[in-house]
Amino acid sequence: MSVPRRAAALAWLALVAVLGAGAAHAQEGNWNSIAAKARGQTVNFNAWAGDEKTNAFIAWVGSEVAQRYGVTVNHVKLKDTAEAVTRVVAEKAAGRDRGGTVDLVWINGANFVTLKEQGLLFGPFAARLPNYRYVDTTSVRSNVVDFTLPVDGMEAPWRRAQIVFVYDAKRVTAPPRSVPALLAWAQRHPGRTTHPAVRNFLGATFLKQALYELAPDPAMLQRPATDANFAAVTAPLWTWYDALRPSLWRRGEQFPENGPAQRQLMNDGEIDLMVSFNPAEAAVAQAAGQLPDTARTTVFDRGTIGNTSFVAIPYNAANKEGAMVVADFLLEPATQAHAQDLRQMGNFTVLDLARLSPSDRKRFDDLPRHPALPTNAELGVALLEPHPSWMTRIAAEWERRYTR
Amino acid sequence: MNGLELAAVRIALHGRPLLGPLDVRVRPGTTVTVMGPSGCGKSTLLAFIAGTLEPAFTAAGAVRIDGDDVLALPPERRHVGILFQDDLLFPHLSVGDNLAFALPRTLAGRAQRRAAVAQALAEADLAGFEGRDPATLSGGQRARVALMRTLLAAPRVLLLDEPFNRLDAALREDFRRFVFDHARERSLPVLLVTHDAADAAAAAGPLIEL
Amino acid sequence: MSESGGALRALPAVTVLLFLLPVAAGVAGTLLPAFGYLPAIGGHALSLEPWRRLIAYPGFATSLGTTLFTGVAATLVAVVLAAGFCAVAHGRLARTAGAWMAPVLATPHAAIALGVAFLVAPSGWIARALSPWLTGWTLPPDFATVGHRSGLALVLALVLKEVPYLVLMIAGALHQVPAAAQLNVARSLGYGRTEAWLKVVLPQVYPQIRLPVYAVLAFSLSVVDVALILGPGNPPTLAVLAMRWFADADIRFYFPAAAAACLMLLIVITAIATWRGVEAGVARLGRRWIARGTRRGVASLAAAAATALAVAGGAASVLAIAGMLLWSFATQWRFPAALPDGWTFATWARQSGSLAATTATTLMLALAATVIALALAAGCLENEARTRRRAGTRSLWLLYLPLLVPQIAFLFGAQVLLIRTAQDGTFAATLWAHLVFVVPYVFLSLADPWRAVDPRYARTAASLGASPWRVFLRVKLPLLRGPLLVAAAVGFAVSVGQYLATLFAGNGRVATLTTDAVALAAGADRRVIGVYAVLQALLPLAVYLAAVLLPRRRLAQRTSAVGRA
Repeated sequence: MSVPRRAAALAWLALVAVLGAGAAHAQEGNWNSIAAKARGQTVNFNAWAGDEKTNAFIAWVGSEVAQRYGVTVNHVKLKDTAEAVTRVVAEKAAGRDRGGTVDLVWINGANFVTLKEQGLLFGPFAARLPNYRYVDTTSVRSNVVDFTLPVDGMEAPWRRAQIVFVYDAKRVTAPPRSVPALLAWAQRHPGRTTHPAVRNFLGATFLKQALYELAPDPAMLQRPATDANFAAVTAPLWTWYDALRPSLWRRGEQFPENGPAQRQLMNDGEIDLMVSFNPAEAAVAQAAGQLPDTARTTVFDRGTIGNTSFVAIPYNAANKEGAMVVADFLLEPATQAHAQDLRQMGNFTVLDLARLSPSDRKRFDDLPRHPALPTNAELGVALLEPHPSWMTRIAAEWERRYTR
Repeated sequence: MNGLELAAVRIALHGRPLLGPLDVRVRPGTTVTVMGPSGCGKSTLLAFIAGTLEPAFTAAGAVRIDGDDVLALPPERRHVGILFQDDLLFPHLSVGDNLAFALPRTLAGRAQRRAAVAQALAEADLAGFEGRDPATLSGGQRARVALMRTLLAAPRVLLLDEPFNRLDAALREDFRRFVFDHARERSLPVLLVTHDAADAAAAAGPLIEL
Repeated sequence: MSESGGALRALPAVTVLLFLLPVAAGVAGTLLPAFGYLPAIGGHALSLEPWRRLIAYPGFATSLGTTLFTGVAATLVAVVLAAGFCAVAHGRLARTAGAWMAPVLATPHAAIALGVAFLVAPSGWIARALSPWLTGWTLPPDFATVGHRSGLALVLALVLKEVPYLVLMIAGALHQVPAAAQLNVARSLGYGRTEAWLKVVLPQVYPQIRLPVYAVLAFSLSVVDVALILGPGNPPTLAVLAMRWFADADIRFYFPAAAAACLMLLIVITAIATWRGVEAGVARLGRRWIARGTRRGVASLAAAAATALAVAGGAASVLAIAGMLLWSFATQWRFPAALPDGWTFATWARQSGSLAATTATTLMLALAATVIALALAAGCLENEARTRRRAGTRSLWLLYLPLLVPQIAFLFGAQVLLIRTAQDGTFAATLWAHLVFVVPYVFLSLADPWRAVDPRYARTAASLGASPWRVFLRVKLPLLRGPLLVAAAVGFAVSVGQYLATLFAGNGRVATLTTDAVALAAGADRRVIGVYAVLQALLPLAVYLAAVLLPRRRLAQRTSAVGRA
């Protein structure tokens, strides 16, 4: 291109950029226009459907949002969040940059990394949500850092999770409170504990949790895993796991597919101790008859991994405004309190209670209590999620070692 | 008492009487012919004797072969040979295998069985036809193989259900003689069902009209 | 010939184009990525890298072995049991069995699998019924049944579904063979009924059921939903592995996934070819066995044992669904209680909201697919009758092709095609995907009865001045009311049971009872699973019952017109 032509091209680009920015500014200040555009839209909310309580909550969200904003929510039931990622990727591959089938996806971790790094997300949009101001961005680091990757507003938080261990108090008198203690307990009670398949995020997190306590230098986990450091850092993990495996349920040959499958095992009496990402799992499940009444919750003394679940909007979503409205509704204090209610999901909130109005704070104070529900103090330290590369490598290494 | 004996045989279809009461004695080596119009129950009578009566029919009476009451026995133990209009050679077996199928289990050893089959084929003037596919044989040839198959099973009685119908006039004559010669040779009591008077005449035995 | 004759003549070609061409396109769409070519995600050059990754994957050899074992074993056992059952069953036993078979035939594979999962688990119903009074267990024992490495639980569920299907196919094939007369001949030669059936009828019937057996083989090797529920997980069968990789967050897994899908196709082709070769060997040995002249031997005993097993299998299927039914109404049901602790409607009530939409979608898909398939099948058959040209074996193979190609081998490619034409996720696309499988089954179910209609009825009507269209509507259709209803029931059941087709073509926007049930299978509350499984089974069953009971009164009079049975 000749110099004058290039200058002209640049000038055009600059003009478009300025106009675009101006347009964005105008839109930014106008949540009402977003809400107005959202009215009548149907949001395809791709969310993992393996838990009945969560499905029911999403259905409740759908009915509320329909009533208040005229937005219809279609819960696209996934076996695995990766299904939605695959869909967005396939649509990009086929050149569909508008009118995508995925409007809103419940996501975090490696899946989020894939979409963000491939430029497949719409945003940043989180800060534009009116209810985002209540989010705890200071003491709950996982709300702004997703598996060591800065969120940058490309996804909005909606629930928190932390690793706990659920056990049947009728059969387990002294639950283990550290990783080596877990091994000792398993060896005394062979076949009475297990973990989900390592492909599943909970199974992989079980291993990551063990790694935190066994690794020589846990700070390494916040940095990417490399060929150089992986073997050295994870060596103690495999030693521990090789000792553990024969004492696992089904002698470590077979694993439940996911958390709820594992919970069903405990309900069937096949295991007495299991890992969970939901501190309220024992309490909520008992009410629904999905766990025995004697189930209780415990954590490890040196802390357990905690993370935040987000919702993100793909770049080609057909109903972005509706998706934003739903994401905003999820952050509403009333919704968060409803979600934390034992009778619904029992998920701990992502909001900073100090930032709420007294009446909103009261909603949380009034929530029912339960013997199997740990208090915030009992939950202890929430360890940050390691860099996603650790999870992928650990999962791959586990398959290499134990899939024959 | 040798031969086939039917005593007070009565057959009904859905409760309505079809044929009977019937008393027949067939001496060994002789042929009794049963004649009648279509639908009068001739084939049903044969089915009754062979033991393959359809459930819609009810039958009463006694059937004795060489003095033994056969009604108590299942069809496979009655040793009643039956020849139909259709040769019913098994299409998935060769001519030789069809014949071998009828050989009693007691004749053991491949060589012995093959020899028996070869002899039967020779008797039927079809030497060397062991490996042939039944579909490649002519109607007359198939009929002869069908008879030899029935005879190889060493039956005590031979029932003929209009077996000559499908054959044209010349073949009919030959095949009739073939059947009756073999039956006489083996002293078999034969019960022939037909609507053709010429068949009855060739049978040269007692005639029963239904 | 009128215009309708012309349109009718085009129908077979249209049917073939509509369904077989996209299958071919789908296979091509999966074949290219298998060799590394998918520009959209960075695959620009053909290479063997995907195959290298596939083979190097930990557990690949085991996965391959499990796939082969479960696929072949399930088919072999199903064929043996079906043949043994048909050899022994006659008269009242056959009629009772036939009546009970319909429910099992109508139930989708996934529903049976869910029921079996609860039935045979160490903490499952059988164990609960026997504990602790017989076994002494107060806690479930720690051995594997569901998910066992050998895949035996998978084989069991497959056999439970395939035996009734093969028995039905054999029963249909019996019409082509003068079985009754030949059995009488064989019995008069001294053979017991069972032995006679096995030596005389089976060899003639087998060529007629060859294609259904191959379809069973292809399905058993490449099934995904049943393998997800009952098969081993670490490593799983090849088809499940391919599914996992297709859905993996790391898109570079597409390529080995496509390679696995192509390997699946290769395996099916090889398996069918090998089976065909073995058939010849078995035939040779069989002829020698027949020539030995055993009147009542081991074969009869084996057939009796097979019948007992087949009946036990039928009972197991019924128990499997019954267990799901109990769970759907249960409050709590802990090991080792033999029955739930309490009863409630709450689970049904809680699920009714989400179930309503899913059930409606399932129903609409099934009804639409059935109606279209019936119209196409009837049209093709009518065209065949009018042009008096009998469709040969080749067209039969063409019809069976979608059932012989593993679904996973062409559905991925088809999905990419649908996305490109912006048709994915639509009701129409899912309907089309269902039709690919419904049309063959409906056609096969309708073909024999249709062709067996005495042509003199049509000729008589024509001679009385009726146009071909009038003959079709007022003479043929009423005569074939029974078979049409049965074919409709078959088509309905096939559509309700589709898993991969809905998943790929629907792209998540179209959810049916089956896709949701499999999604819930791994871990949802068993009460909820029970509700889904029961509904999955109930819908086709209702249609089946209607198809069987409605024309019963008139059918007896019609039988003579539709040809000798």
